Amino acid sequence: MTKKLLLLTCAIAGLGLMIRAQDVVLKIVGGEKPSIAVADFRGAGAAAPLMNVFNQTLFADIEDSGLFKMAAKSMYPLQVPQQPSDFQPLAAQTPTRKAPWLTDWSSPPVSAKYLAFGYAASQNDQIVLSGWLFDVQQADVTGAQLIGKRYFGPVSEAGARKVAHEFAADIIAKFGGESMLGSHIYFVSDRTGNKEIWSMEPDGSNQKRLTFYNSITTMPSVSPDGTKLAFTTFAKGNPGIFILSLETGRQLLFVNPKASLNATASFTPDGKSVLFGSSADGRYTNIYMANTDGGNLQRISRSLKIELEPKVNPKTGNEVAFVSGRSGPQQIWKMNIDGTSAEMLTTGEGDASNPAWHPNGEIIAFSWTRGFSPGNFNIFLMDVASRRVDQLTHGAGKNENPNWAPDGRHLVFASNRKGSMQIFTMLADGTHVQQLTTQGRNEMPIWGK
Amino acid sequence: MSKRKIATLLLSVFLMMFAAGCKKKPVAAAPPPPPPPPKETPVAPPPKAPTVAQFSAEPSSIERGQAATLRWSVNDATAVTIDPLGTVQNSGSRQVFPSNTTTYRLTATGAGGNASASATVNVTVPPPPPAPPPPPKTTLTEMLERNVGDALFDYDSSDLREDARNTLTRNSDSLKAILREFPSATIVVEGHCDERGSAEYNLGLGDRRATAAKEFLTQLGVPADKLRTISYGKERQTCTEQSEACYQKNRRAHFAPGQ
Repeated sequence: MTKKLLLLTCAIAGLGLMIRAQDVVLKIVGGEKPSIAVADFRGAGAAAPLMNVFNQTLFADIEDSGLFKMAAKSMYPLQVPQQPSDFQPLAAQTPTRKAPWLTDWSSPPVSAKYLAFGYAASQNDQIVLSGWLFDVQQADVTGAQLIGKRYFGPVSEAGARKVAHEFAADIIAKFGGESMLGSHIYFVSDRTGNKEIWSMEPDGSNQKRLTFYNSITTMPSVSPDGTKLAFTTFAKGNPGIFILSLETGRQLLFVNPKASLNATASFTPDGKSVLFGSSADGRYTNIYMANTDGGNLQRISRSLKIELEPKVNPKTGNEVAFVSGRSGPQQIWKMNIDGTSAEMLTTGEGDASNPAWHPNGEIIAFSWTRGFSPGNFNIFLMDVASRRVDQLTHGAGKNENPNWAPDGRHLVFASNRKGSMQIFTMLADGTHVQQLTTQGRNEMPIWGK
Repeated sequence: MSKRKIATLLLSVFLMMFAAGCKKKPVAAAPPPPPPPPKETPVAPPPKAPTVAQFSAEPSSIERGQAATLRWSVNDATAVTIDPLGTVQNSGSRQVFPSNTTTYRLTATGAGGNASASATVNVTVPPPPPAPPPPPKTTLTEMLERNVGDALFDYDSSDLREDARNTLTRNSDSLKAILREFPSATIVVEGHCDERGSAEYNLGLGDRRATAAKEFLTQLGVPADKLRTISYGKERQTCTEQSEACYQKNRRAHFAPGQ
């Protein structure tokens, strides 16, 4: 009897742990997701050969949003609508000539709640994409339509991707998601032989080099409005902070404090100041703040330990998450922007680094070696108020520098799980992992506007 | 004159010219018949005149006693001479040691004619011989590599272990001697880390290691203004294997010549 009771208690406790282990993730990516079917679109004329690219892009964008359960494609009915008028009520159909109807998609085996469908044609050297989103659980076609819209792009694979991204963005927006369309990922690549800052689209396309110092240029950070890029470079000898205008590509004035080391700059939420680590006192790297031209320098932390990687809470503008060796090994700490109320957020185990605030200002993503040997970082999330932690990667090489997408549902990070260090994205529950880079070694990604 | 009159005048002049042009034009003749195909052996082409593809002196300026190299290449010649060297092959090169500025003239003779070219070697009189060379001197880099070792550290630590203090004590004597020999030199104390900590934190750690090494050396009398610190964090690994032996080699304060 006691044994049974003990077992039961254990089972309940275990269940509790399992639920608890995912609740930081749940806070971000939500629980139950609606099921969606994404029909393969067909194209006429010059649009026809582009439909593979279009269909893959549309499906991937919707799937990677993490907002939906994707209905299995193999279960789709044979009759695929291309426009709303293709739907014929079952009563009007003859047994021999079967047209599509909403219930083909809403009932098993597809069991979708939503269906995206449409077609593409080319017209005046443009690809014209007609896309619809239907709630297929409605009783008739008139009540079913949620989106019916045309999208235009050049007749090319890039054009097909463009219209797919735009249609997907509209669908995602319908469900409260923010599309990644127009955002950029900044990262460090050594593919030219030296570490330089590069940028790319969230799907890994359009990789462009932004810096040309032929030195060690690393640790990028982007201003909240997406117009400025701060980074650390050895271009002038000792590591120093440079700021670049992303609008003109030109270097902006930033006067570094006189120090052997100025590094790991990040912007305040108003974009007017930067926080960074500096050895300006000649002994220990601590946290400093200055205007974006380096003026009005203030020391924020005062400790006889290494402290850097300051990140200001984007919601409050008051809390600073940072990395400190105050307790011994490097850990994640938090303090007020005036340096008061410093407290350790991680447990003191392992090495922790790379704090990144979620746009909601409640959760941080960071990398931690807890439970692994030194150097084997994994990505974790922490609900700062409760200190509850979820682990998103599990020992597949090093996983570092998590950074949030503007939608607050995706993370970009660097991992050497496939051999060399490369950039990946994933949904904030650790699923939908996509590799974005392959050339050279790539690290320290930042997701900006 | 009104604009209209000018226009009329211009038009009539133009028309006259046009008409004259028409008159001069000959009646279009039928195109000539194609030439007959060549019969049997074609006539041998006339012999080609020789051409000088290259005639150069490299370098074109030397000091007296140094050598210059003449290079030449001539096509379609039966004989090639270079004055003042004499007859030479159609192409080749030769070292010359002119004691004064000399212009070399190449003449090529062939069945189809002659060709010539010239190249000049300017000779300058060397400055007076330098003082006898000093005894071979080791460079600053060599002296640092030979006599100034790396101070090694524990993981995530900038504390100077006993072996590091011993190394730095030896280094202090070597550095003082080196700075006597190279009084204008600066020595860079580089702080490095192994690959395991985060890249960001390691910048701070490398800075600590370099500073700790510098402070120790300064206490032993190495002038502080001759030592500059820099942290490379884990950006410049000297060893890339994933073993403790390798990690230890990377956790170091290293000494390099400054500018």
